[in-house]
Amino acid sequence: MSSTNLPRAGDLVPAAQLQERFADLHRPLSAAQSVVEAARCLYCYGAPCVNACPTGIDIPKFIHQIRSGNRDGSARTILSANIMGGTCARACPTEVLCEAVCVVNETEGAPVKIGLLQRHAVDHLLATREDHPFTRLPDSGFRIAVVGAGPAGLSFAHRAACLGHRVTVFYAAEKPGGLNEYGLAAYKMVDEFAQREVEFILGVGNIALESGRRLGANLDLAALRASYDAVFLGVGLGKALPLDIPGTGLPGVRDALAFINDIRRAPDKGAVSVGRHVVVIGGGNTAIDAAIQAKYLGATTVTIAYRRGKEQMSATTWEQEFASRSGVVFQYWSAPTAFVGTDAVRAVRLVVTRLEDGQLVVSKESHTLAADMVLVAIGQTLDEHVLSGLQLSRGKVEVDASYQTTLPGVYAGGDCIRSGEDLTVQAVEDGKQAALCVDAALRRHNRGRS
Amino acid sequence: MKADLSCEIAGIRTINPFWLASAPPTDKKYNVERAFQAGWGGVVWKTLGVDPPVVNVTSRYGVHRSNTRQLLGINNIELISDRPLEVNLREIEAVRREWPDRVIIGSIMAPIDEQAWRELAIKVANAGVHGIELNLGCPHGMCERGMGSAVGQVPDLVKQATSWVRQTTALPVFTKLTPNVMDILIPAEAAKAGGAQAVSLINTVNSIISVDLDAMAPTPIVDGRGTHGGYCGEAVKPIALHMVAEIMRAPETRGLETSAIGGITTWRDAAEFIALGASGIQVCTAAMLYGFRIVEDMIDGLGAFMDQKRYRSISDFKGRALPNVASWNDLNMNFDLKAFIHEEKCIGCGRCHIACEDTSHQAIRIEPKTGGGRRFVVVDEECVGCNLCQMVCPVSDCIDMRPVANDLPPMIWPQHPKNPLRS
Repeated sequence: MSSTNLPRAGDLVPAAQLQERFADLHRPLSAAQSVVEAARCLYCYGAPCVNACPTGIDIPKFIHQIRSGNRDGSARTILSANIMGGTCARACPTEVLCEAVCVVNETEGAPVKIGLLQRHAVDHLLATREDHPFTRLPDSGFRIAVVGAGPAGLSFAHRAACLGHRVTVFYAAEKPGGLNEYGLAAYKMVDEFAQREVEFILGVGNIALESGRRLGANLDLAALRASYDAVFLGVGLGKALPLDIPGTGLPGVRDALAFINDIRRAPDKGAVSVGRHVVVIGGGNTAIDAAIQAKYLGATTVTIAYRRGKEQMSATTWEQEFASRSGVVFQYWSAPTAFVGTDAVRAVRLVVTRLEDGQLVVSKESHTLAADMVLVAIGQTLDEHVLSGLQLSRGKVEVDASYQTTLPGVYAGGDCIRSGEDLTVQAVEDGKQAALCVDAALRRHNRGRS
Repeated sequence: MKADLSCEIAGIRTINPFWLASAPPTDKKYNVERAFQAGWGGVVWKTLGVDPPVVNVTSRYGVHRSNTRQLLGINNIELISDRPLEVNLREIEAVRREWPDRVIIGSIMAPIDEQAWRELAIKVANAGVHGIELNLGCPHGMCERGMGSAVGQVPDLVKQATSWVRQTTALPVFTKLTPNVMDILIPAEAAKAGGAQAVSLINTVNSIISVDLDAMAPTPIVDGRGTHGGYCGEAVKPIALHMVAEIMRAPETRGLETSAIGGITTWRDAAEFIALGASGIQVCTAAMLYGFRIVEDMIDGLGAFMDQKRYRSISDFKGRALPNVASWNDLNMNFDLKAFIHEEKCIGCGRCHIACEDTSHQAIRIEPKTGGGRRFVVVDEECVGCNLCQMVCPVSDCIDMRPVANDLPPMIWPQHPKNPLRS
């Protein structure tokens, strides 16, 4: 936790209120509500929502299955395209994906609640299932190593296991799940959902997990290549981008993801330390998740300082409005120049910026925001030195159309490659597609060890 | 409202055409008075039989829903009134006294026994009813005892029962018909031959409404087993419309009036039956599902419709659609429709395309739209004007069916060059 003398949330907010604030963000639909909501779906042919989903879930079909009373079938439809359909139903920015293009927007002014329907179907299956819904093909004799237990790695592992391969997943953290476990706001993933989902995914069998294994430390890529038939890297963007300005090292200045992680790991949210005046630096959904949770924990003021304008923020409009409703203030066109303080951070100094011919220009005008906590959320970057031997370009691992890196037999997917947006759902798709490519390549070369 | 909804059927004046059909809602004084308070013009009292009264089972109703839980229809296995005849008759007398402007029709049912029918008719007539309806339609339970549809399905017995009652009383006689026959004209003709002034139809359609897949039994389930029952509600309206139209347009049944029954839920349903020649309307299921207040909008909506169309009275549009009910052989073969899609209203759901592509004439093509999205284009050469695309389109007025101006004179099948039997 933070080394500064910040108050605990429990001293700022009554326990009952904390509990309420960190409860499920979107209340799940009841069975009756799901039928009413499903009835709004027009069962489009060639539906735009399917095209908008990076994993291509057959949305009209799964909603029709809810309507027909076939909830397990509905969940299988979802999970066959996206094994992390449960997390995606909670964390996907549906307002810019499937729900943005739902044709019901045009007839009724609001989309079918696809995310909530997906959650309803998947949650029902997870709560009632006896067996894993998918089976493995006969053992291929191939062994595949996966590095990283986030959405890309687990999605890959599941699909590869289904295709008959034996998979070992190596990961550095204490728990599997990657950003599902460590990077999403607590109210999006209540009741240990990330871990329940991992357990479900492993239920297909032939997937071994090895925790505490970090590439470059106690895990070696060359050794993996030597002992496995293929390697898949789903390492994400492991390193928080540092903000290289004066005062970065001051106590009270923190990486926003670490703050989010603290909250996720705290069984009692009252034990988490929070500033009274919090400034969040950044413009993405991580900045939003950190800011809202700081407010929930009892901060008096929370300001998101972003060096560009509202339109340029990568956080969706829905997320921005959610933050505003929660009492978060936005300070656009403000770039931090220094964190001020002696023994701990006391303020953030910012300069006013503007766009000139598409270029960000810094003015001489500056202002100061009082802050006893600063959360930096300006993005993550690839930890390049652990990936020596791989061709990188513009901060990402280079892969070909079959997700293969420049090292033969080494594949990659998720946030560490340049596919679509850096979203959970894109990582899941990368993992799934890469597994299909690896399977095809292994069987083509017939290097089976059986 | 300028329209006058009062009307007449079989010589009986009623303040509006909306009556409750003989069924659970008209079982006793309490319900009937609540119905009259709500505005119903009349009731057909739940069918009275010869004492001792029948005994009913539980449960009694089953339901047919769409997969969006909408209630499409229900069925029932309830029998006729299970209260003593005398109790019913005294209550009818009391309601008649207290509601002088409302109509009460006595519904009766007896085995094929002349004395039974005559005695029952006399007793009910003496209670002060405006007319008598013969229940020859109940398709469950009573038919196993030789009554209800067991009578209604045998034309000679329809005629026989009708004439017994007709000869016994001066009151108008309504013979209630079962739809569970091959040709509704046959029992209608028999009713006419027996002297009925009107026929009431349809009674319920015989049905198994659903099978409980856990209990492996038809519903409603009575201690593990179920039986067929009478199907009613919105889903049966099309069957009733056809049967009413057949009777109204056949020369053999000319002079019979109809009291239309079958899924009538709104003023529009009622107007459709009247347009096909019905003199009055009977409702049961809609009242059972929503309460007697459902009549408020039936009255208001029918009046508003009539005002809009400048019909002053029910008779102004009664039977207006009948001349346009034709035999298939009298339809114009040269009439040609093509679907037209208003692109600016299209939301791109693709329902028209897949319906036509998979199951009809491959007449709606998908084309990419410049600047993204897709447009749906009708292939006129393939379109047969079937309406399927228009029916499945979720946007009202997005797809028009437009007549083709082909300048061809009307031609019916008997004149058609491809008709091998053409004279």
